[in-house]
Amino acid sequence: MSDLYDLLVGPFAEFAFMRRALVATLALAMSAAPLGVFLTLRRMSLLGDALSHAVLPGVALAFMLFGLSLPAMALGGVAAGLVVAALAGVISRATALKEDASLAALYLVALALGVTLISRQGSQIDLLHILFGSALGVDEPGLLLVAGVASVSVVALAALYRGLVLETFDPLFLAAAHTGRASRPWVWQQSFLMLVVINLVAGFQTLGTLMAVGLMMIPAVSARLWHESLAAQLLNASAQAAAAGMSGLLLSYHLDTPSGPTIIGCAGALYALSLLLSPGGWLPRILKRPHRVA
Amino acid sequence: MTHNTLKFIMLTMLVASGLISRAHGTELLPVVASFSILGDLVQVVGGARVKVTTLAGPNTDAHEFTPRPADAKAVLAARVFVVNGLNFEPWAQKLAQSAGYKGGTVVASKGIQPRTMAAESGHAHAEIDPHAWQNPLNVVQYVANIAAGLAKADPSGAPTYQANAAAYAKQLQDFDAQAKAQLDAIAPTQRKVITSHDAFGYLAARYGITMLAPEGVNTDSEPSAKHVAELIRQIKREKIKAVFVENMSNPRLIAQLSKDAGVRVGATLYSDALSGANGPASSYLKMMQHNLTQLAAGMRLNP
Repeated sequence: MSDLYDLLVGPFAEFAFMRRALVATLALAMSAAPLGVFLTLRRMSLLGDALSHAVLPGVALAFMLFGLSLPAMALGGVAAGLVVAALAGVISRATALKEDASLAALYLVALALGVTLISRQGSQIDLLHILFGSALGVDEPGLLLVAGVASVSVVALAALYRGLVLETFDPLFLAAAHTGRASRPWVWQQSFLMLVVINLVAGFQTLGTLMAVGLMMIPAVSARLWHESLAAQLLNASAQAAAAGMSGLLLSYHLDTPSGPTIIGCAGALYALSLLLSPGGWLPRILKRPHRVA
Repeated sequence: MTHNTLKFIMLTMLVASGLISRAHGTELLPVVASFSILGDLVQVVGGARVKVTTLAGPNTDAHEFTPRPADAKAVLAARVFVVNGLNFEPWAQKLAQSAGYKGGTVVASKGIQPRTMAAESGHAHAEIDPHAWQNPLNVVQYVANIAAGLAKADPSGAPTYQANAAAYAKQLQDFDAQAKAQLDAIAPTQRKVITSHDAFGYLAARYGITMLAPEGVNTDSEPSAKHVAELIRQIKREKIKAVFVENMSNPRLIAQLSKDAGVRVGATLYSDALSGANGPASSYLKMMQHNLTQLAAGMRLNP
C-alpha cells in the first residue's frame, strides 16, 4: 500500500513543483484538447506549430520597447498571435484561400518580421527560449495564467458550441440561417481562433511549445478514432490529455527522463493504442473485414 | 640562368611584400573575434595596433548566434579571425568558409587540456566543455595564442603583442592567486553552488567549488522531474544558500526551484558573454572578479 502511495502520490505530496506542473497540465488538458478536436475537424492540425513561430514579432517588439520583461513579451506574443490568426480568418472569408493556406503564408511572414526586428536590435538573444516555459518551471503567475485561460475558454467554448459546430460542418447552412440577422458566421470563426491563440500562447509561456501543441493535438487526434459523436470526442480528448499529463509526470519522476517530452510520449503511446484498438483503428477493421473466399 | 631569374623574381616579391606589410603597419590590423570575451582579449593583446570587430556581442548567446551579411563582410575584411574552438561556436567555421575568408584563423583554446562534461541524464555521451576561459590560467594560453596569431599577420608588431600578452598573463596570475586566497578562506564543505547553466566547470575545478545545475551544458536540454526533485532535496538537506542565475538563460526554473527549497536567488553571473559597457562584466577580468565575488558571498551563507 505504501509502495503504491510512493509511486503515485508521494512525488506530488513532497514537491510543490510537481503539483504545479500537474495542475497546469490538467488545466491545459481541459481547455486545449477539445479545441484540438475542432482544429482537426477543420483540417488545421498544424496551426499550433505555425503559431509558435507567429508570436515572434510581438515578442521582439515588446523586447525593443520594454527590455527583457516577461509580462510585456508575453502580451506582445498574444497580440501577434491574435493578429496572425484573425488575418488568416479574414483572408479565408474574403478570398478563395482556405484558413490553413493563408495561415501558412502569414506565419512565415511574421517569423521573418520577428527575426528582422531582433537582428536590428543588434543583440541576439533567443527571446523565445527565454519566454517559453517548461513543465517543471511553472511559477505562480504562470499557473494563474493557464488556469485563468482554461476557465475562460471552457465557458466560452460551451457558449460558442452550437454555432461552432454548424460553422465547422455546414458553413453554408449557417450563413443561410443567419441571413438578415445581427450575428454573422465569422463571429464564430474568429472567437474560436482567439480561444485557440490564447490557449496556445498561455501554454507556450508556462509549459513550452512541445507541451502546449502536443497536449492540444495528440489527444484530439486519437479521440477522433474512438467515437462518432463530437461531444464524446471532446470528453475523450480531455481525458487522454489528463492521463498523459499525470502518467508522464510520474514517469519523468521515477525514470529520470525530461518531463515535457515524457508527457508527450505518453500521449503518443495512447495514440498508438488508439490506432490499434479503437473502433476506428486497425484491429477492429481487420476483424470486421469479411473473408474473401476464392 | 632561369634558376637565377626565378630566384631574383622571388626575392623582389619578398621584398615587395615586406614593404607592403610595413606600409600596412601604419594602419590598424583588422581582427574579428567570434564573441565578446575573445573580443576583449584581442583588444588587450593587440592594443593600439588592431581594430577588433566582435561578432556575437555583449549579452548575446554565442551558442545560438546567427551571422548577418555585415558579419561576413567583417570577416572578409579581417586579416586574423579569432575563435574559441572546442566546438563552442560551430557557426564560425561555416561563416569563414561561406565568406571566402583567406586569412589566418587563431583557435584561442589551442593547447588547453579540455574538460569533458560528465555523461549525465539527458546526455548520451560525455561532451567536451568549451567554456575553458572560466579558468584564468587557461586564458594565459589564450592570450599567448592570440599574440602568436597577430604576430604572424603583422610581424613588425610581434614584440608589442608579446609584451602585452605577458603583462596580461601577469594580471591573470595575480587575479588567480587573489581568487584562490579568497576562496581558501571558505571551508570546502561550504563551497557548493546552484546555477542555471553548467558553464562554470573550469572555474569550479580550479577553485574547488561543487556546481549543481538542473540543466545540461546546452541551453536547450530539459531536466527530468527526478533530477529537479533530487536537487531540491539536496538544497534542503545541505542547507545550500548560494543559488545563481546566468545572464542569458531562462531564470524561471531556477527561481522556482529555489523558492520551493526556501532559498533566495543571488546576483546574475556572466558565463558566455560580457555585459554591456555599463554592466558589472564589461571586460573579461571584471567578469571574473564579479562572478567570484558573488559566488564567494553566496557560499559564505552556506552552513
